[in-house]
Amino acid sequence: MKPHRRQPLYLAFLLHRLSGLGLALFLPFHFYVLSLALDSEAELDGFLHWSQAPLVKLAESGLVFLLAIHLFGGLRLLALENMPWRDAYKNAAALAVAAAFFVACGFLLRAF
Amino acid sequence: MLELRLYIAQRVSATIIAPLVLIHLGMMIYAIQGGLDAAEILARTRGSWWWAANYGLFVIAVAVHAAIGLRNVLREWLCLRGAVLGAVTWLSFALLLVTGLRAVFAVVMP
Repeated sequence: MKPHRRQPLYLAFLLHRLSGLGLALFLPFHFYVLSLALDSEAELDGFLHWSQAPLVKLAESGLVFLLAIHLFGGLRLLALENMPWRDAYKNAAALAVAAAFFVACGFLLRAF
Repeated sequence: MLELRLYIAQRVSATIIAPLVLIHLGMMIYAIQGGLDAAEILARTRGSWWWAANYGLFVIAVAVHAAIGLRNVLREWLCLRGAVLGAVTWLSFALLLVTGLRAVFAVVMP
């Protein structure tokens, strides 16, 4: 393994990239579901009813986590590129993960 | 020069998206309780200029941001270059923009 890949901040980079990739692949499907309302409200309702299944709710919480981790990881990136916070990189990365967990757990608790 | 422009476009789109994602996350956590149904969602969004502007801007910024992000992944991890890389980037941008604006239209159209 290359030395830079053993750094905790490489994990933050990887998490940011993989969450972004996951979201980009999910988005067309999400848009398709919403556009079901164009044809009929009942079609959208049918899908939403299916999404009440516990496993689907769990998967949705995973997507919320991906969105939150990409948001907080992205804010960390914008901050470190534009502000003189060099010593706080690792703390910012840890905070981003914690905030994403907090948001995803909040969603999960409200969903059930 | 192209790389610099794409870098700036990705950072600018990220700055636009960040507050919109916070609104979206807040709305999802608020709306999920008690289950989702189409009537409830559409009652909130249909005919609303606020949601049309919010999600319209969201979709445009996301299409730019995601297409550039995908381009970076394809270039660095799959070593795509030149016309193929450009074509895939433009295709993903167009796909996200068209499907996204269609979805916004579907939920905000009165």
